[in-house]
Amino acid sequence: MFELLGISPQALFGQLLIGLINGAFYAMLSLGLAVIFGLLNIINFCHGALYMMGAFVAYLALQHLGLGYWPSLIVAPVVVGAFGMMLERTMLRHLYKLDHIYGLLLTFGLALVIEGVFRNEFGASGLPYGIPPTLSGGQNLGFMFLPNYRAWVIVASLGVCLATWYVIERTKLGAYLRAATENPTLVQAFGINVPRMITLTYGLGVALAALAGVLAAPIYQVSPLMGSNLIIVVFAVVVIGGMGSILGSIVTGFTLGVVEGLTKVFYPEASSTVIFIIMAIVLLIRPTGLFGRAH
Amino acid sequence: MARDTAPRAKNGYRHQYAIFAFMVALFLVLPYVIYPVFLMQALCFALFACAFNLLIGYTGLVSFGHAMFLGAAGYISAHAAKVWGLPPELAILAGTAASAALGLVVGLLAIRRQGIYFAMITLALAQMIFFFSLQAKFTGGEDGIQSVPRGVMFGILNLQDMMTMYFVVLAIFLAGFLLICRVIHSPFGQVLKAIRENEPRAISLGYNVHQYKLIAFVLSAALSGLAGGTKAIVFQLASLTDVHWTMSGEVVLMTLLGGMGTLFGPVVGAFIVIAMQNYLAQLGSWVTIAQGVVFVICVLAFRRGIVGELGRFLKKPL
Repeated sequence: MFELLGISPQALFGQLLIGLINGAFYAMLSLGLAVIFGLLNIINFCHGALYMMGAFVAYLALQHLGLGYWPSLIVAPVVVGAFGMMLERTMLRHLYKLDHIYGLLLTFGLALVIEGVFRNEFGASGLPYGIPPTLSGGQNLGFMFLPNYRAWVIVASLGVCLATWYVIERTKLGAYLRAATENPTLVQAFGINVPRMITLTYGLGVALAALAGVLAAPIYQVSPLMGSNLIIVVFAVVVIGGMGSILGSIVTGFTLGVVEGLTKVFYPEASSTVIFIIMAIVLLIRPTGLFGRAH
Repeated sequence: MARDTAPRAKNGYRHQYAIFAFMVALFLVLPYVIYPVFLMQALCFALFACAFNLLIGYTGLVSFGHAMFLGAAGYISAHAAKVWGLPPELAILAGTAASAALGLVVGLLAIRRQGIYFAMITLALAQMIFFFSLQAKFTGGEDGIQSVPRGVMFGILNLQDMMTMYFVVLAIFLAGFLLICRVIHSPFGQVLKAIRENEPRAISLGYNVHQYKLIAFVLSAALSGLAGGTKAIVFQLASLTDVHWTMSGEVVLMTLLGGMGTLFGPVVGAFIVIAMQNYLAQLGSWVTIAQGVVFVICVLAFRRGIVGELGRFLKKPL
């Protein structure tokens, strides 16, 4: 069958794997965007910059504190999450009553500042970050070679996504969150501290981005520009999926990653644009997105 | 969005003529004082920002992908002048027409959603144009299209001459600016403002909101294309910088800093941002940081922009 298509199974499964990995990052980032948008009504443009920051925290922790990969998985999201909560407290908070677009403009400015600072400090080229020793090597599956670390990234991100979904859709805390998304005033009247919940939600969304950054560090190099190129694709993913459903963003993220990977095998010229083309088609057929709700 | 708060008396716009006359006089004198190439760059960006302001300031549509119109027109104009050997006026016109056509396609897709979705869709489509420009043969990839001939406009104006080129650019800018003024003050422009202020009410009054938005979008795209085509001829270069998303951000910054929904704001904003880029260029990525900081300050404390605040202080729409 593979001979018929003129494509080697190694290339096909290899790209499929890369697609799944990219999809894992699309899913984690669009999930964070959706959670933040649900409660804050802000499209977090600096999500990509914070993802990059997560990778850099891991890199710097290793260089200066000798903290390895595993502690970084906790430390980086906590540090970046705290930074995000500081941003929310000092800046984003003042914009909730204004047009949503101001949130986009502010976070765009923040993204420029964060990226500029890191580029000033570390230059534009990538810095290497090693794969943790416990996950080096790989498995020979017969039809392809599966590096252990890549398998771990897929499993870990799927786990994180599903855990987030569980917390939001199935726990009491998540119920508060969903209620506050629908009607913050009423939820506040029931004695729940909504402003604090907003801060924590933003911190959570940002921490997800930072975690994705740490997971990405050994695969892509750690570079100040790693976030900005990714975030635009993630925006397209968000438009395709619609921000109405958590599970929707996860499914859309992974699916589009795989589609992108397959395009690289069958028609490489279109691989960088295929997601945008799908977005255009979805807009024509179903403007609210595949899982979106009409407003 | 920015609102003009001043009362609209019958002759409430008379002071705008005075300011316009002052602006023209200033631009006639400036090239003898300041380096004309800087002025030409700033004028091209001022036209670009004015075209963008037609959407963000007067229609309430926030496009985050306007670089695609600037850049695409630049490529087409450069290609037309260099490969097809067209005279500069036709080359610029070809770029403008191409941007208008691109604006029609993008507009048809993007106006299906509103608010931040609109912004994200335009950003994503602009990124698609960026990748296309990176891969297509005629754009020259990373190199861009270099050493585009300036040529002779209308068979008489030799654009090799710096001052001739400057006054041609000035004429193009003023033509675009006056067209935008005319549109804003026309009944069509009033409907656009109505859509900005309250879209459901505009619909209930029987206006075909989609059509109005689409026309405004195509107009804005065409004028951005005019700016992009002119810029390509002036600098004899069309490159990836003009299609990159940072350019889309820059035009937002110019308009925001100068004042969204003001007539003269984008011009002021464009001059400040371009001056900042030129004078801070040796500081490298500090330019980006400075731009980000200006963004943050504008959004947090200064949403009317420089001209908007001034207009509020003078109680006149500027």
